[in-house]
Amino acid sequence: MRTVLRRREAGIALVLLVVIGVTTAIQPGFLLSGGGWRDLLLTPSILVVLAVGQAVVVITRNVDLSVGSVLGLTAYLTGRLFIDVPDLPIVVVALVAVITGTLLGLVNGAIVALARVPALVITLGTLYVYRGVTLTWAGSDRIDAGDMPRTFLALGTRQVLGIPVLTIVAAIVLAAVGYYMYTSRGGRQLYAIGSDPDAATLQGLPVRRRLLWAFALNGALAGLAGVMFAARYGTVSSGAGTGMELQVVGAVVVGGVAIFGGSGTVAGAALGAMLLLTINRALPVVGIPDFWQRAVVGALIIGAIALDRVLANRRSRRLAAERDAGPPGSAGPPDGSRPEQTPPGAGPSDREEATA
Amino acid sequence: MKFTSVLAAGTAAVLALGLTACGSSDDGGGGGTEDVTITMLPKNLGNPYFEASTAGAEEAAGELGATVEEVGPDTASPDAQVPFINTAAQQGVAALVVSANDPTAIGDALQEARDAGTKVVTFDSDTEPQFRDLFVNQASAEGIADKQLELISDQIGGEGEIAILSASANATNQNAWIALMEEKLASDYPDIELVETVYGDDDDQTSFDKTAALLQSHPDLKGIVSPTTVGIAAAARYVSTSEYKGKVAVTGLGTPNQMREYVEDGTVEAFALWNPTDLGYLATQAAAALAAGDITGEEGDTFEAGRLGEFTVGADGEVLLGEPFVFDESNIADFDF
Repeated sequence: MRTVLRRREAGIALVLLVVIGVTTAIQPGFLLSGGGWRDLLLTPSILVVLAVGQAVVVITRNVDLSVGSVLGLTAYLTGRLFIDVPDLPIVVVALVAVITGTLLGLVNGAIVALARVPALVITLGTLYVYRGVTLTWAGSDRIDAGDMPRTFLALGTRQVLGIPVLTIVAAIVLAAVGYYMYTSRGGRQLYAIGSDPDAATLQGLPVRRRLLWAFALNGALAGLAGVMFAARYGTVSSGAGTGMELQVVGAVVVGGVAIFGGSGTVAGAALGAMLLLTINRALPVVGIPDFWQRAVVGALIIGAIALDRVLANRRSRRLAAERDAGPPGSAGPPDGSRPEQTPPGAGPSDREEATA
Repeated sequence: MKFTSVLAAGTAAVLALGLTACGSSDDGGGGGTEDVTITMLPKNLGNPYFEASTAGAEEAAGELGATVEEVGPDTASPDAQVPFINTAAQQGVAALVVSANDPTAIGDALQEARDAGTKVVTFDSDTEPQFRDLFVNQASAEGIADKQLELISDQIGGEGEIAILSASANATNQNAWIALMEEKLASDYPDIELVETVYGDDDDQTSFDKTAALLQSHPDLKGIVSPTTVGIAAAARYVSTSEYKGKVAVTGLGTPNQMREYVEDGTVEAFALWNPTDLGYLATQAAAALAAGDITGEEGDTFEAGRLGEFTVGADGEVLLGEPFVFDESNIADFDF
């Protein structure tokens, strides 16, 4: 089972390498120039952070559509803090933005977990609410590069040993959340909740608390992404991050996280984000006309979902066959290597239980 | 804020009515400029662009001995200007200078004001022609296209590959300018080749990434023209932090605040836009000329606009400010919008 999942991420990574390879063959500067290398790593870093957070939410069979608005709000907040409180250290500004993001995420989580309203509807609502707050606050005002400290803007492009700072931030986020999701009790419970929310409740899992946590984490990461956005682009208007939620969900889906929860990894989502944006950048370089680029990205998303479906069906057929053939109880994942505290059915392989 | 400014305008209206009542024994046919009141109604308040245009309006009013009062909504929503127009009409101000949030939504209110004897001048953003006496246009499409080509040609030494980074593919203004630039390139700039036009959708991120792609797919690119404020800032930001800084020219239409950083660090030599202070100045001069009865807004009317010289009313009651204004290192510090 795990090899299949691994293959899924390996597949995305392979496609990513092919895209990079082909583009570099056509235009060597895509990878081999200093700027090309930097952009390759730098461009996806914001989306990777968002995708990691979104993956956690999607794994619980929820979705957070408000991330683009949270990013916009925190990016504007970041710029505003630099203007209104000029002496504030960058770390404090970033922290305020992350805390704000966390609070916004908690609002989402609280409504979803406590009021039991579908996350799709709630976060569609908060998407507009949060954007409305930004619009009211910012109006036609804009944060320009000149308003923010040079040292902060430099973070947006600075490299350490050839690796951009923002990419390092994204990698740390990915590693930390990935480790949590894979090894900790809380992380495994998120999978269990996504696989079968009712079963998770019956099992006595703290469903509400976990959901709150997942949304708060996603909000915090969207807040962090807002800071990264301000540093990278140097201009923040009230429209910053508009439409980004769809890109994020696209990245998560392409990355192999099932939209109905319970399976997939944050690493896959991160790879999905890299693939989407790298393709976005590669298409103009290889000479695909502007207007076709979106169509290609759309086809990719549909392809990823179709592949997901095919794989899931094949798996459940095979498992059903195994169940019919073998003695009762042998359909569980033969996965003894995982830590003991993992609750039953909470593995990355429990997808088939939800679909069977 | 919105409510209080409406209140303030309302109070002013009451006061003005009182004043009018007091002065009703006069013959009312003065026609001089001594007691001309002009209401300035930008799209919204607190917008640095309109603060600059109001400064120009006050300058003109000072020269004319008129009074300018600025009122306006907090947000640029289509009908937010209506109560302010109604108030101005009740006040019986001589002229209303307005940047329309919507070409039709404020039409009825403007018509009422005109029926009450107030002259209406639009600037920056027009209404349908039947709702106003004059439109002070900041720049013509030809002027914008010519100026941008002139700038890029100067900056790349008159020859080489250039690309255009536009707003969205269906942006009417940008497409008109690009079409004119293409024509002009073919006829007047034989050594400059336009290799590609890309669309950044007026989104920072998209424009930024399109700039990166342009630079990679055209290694010999010498310049990028972006006729949109979002695009030019994003392109400048990308170029300023890349190895192309100083090698690839970036120009187009931008605002000084957005571009200050990049002009100061040498990424951008010069870019264009109109000067909103001049625009407000001219609109106020035109309003005063209308109020004084010097012009009626007919095509061919001419009027004197102080330091800007003489202007002629064109077709559809349009007055053209002139060529776009060029911002560079020497003057960018004078502007804040």
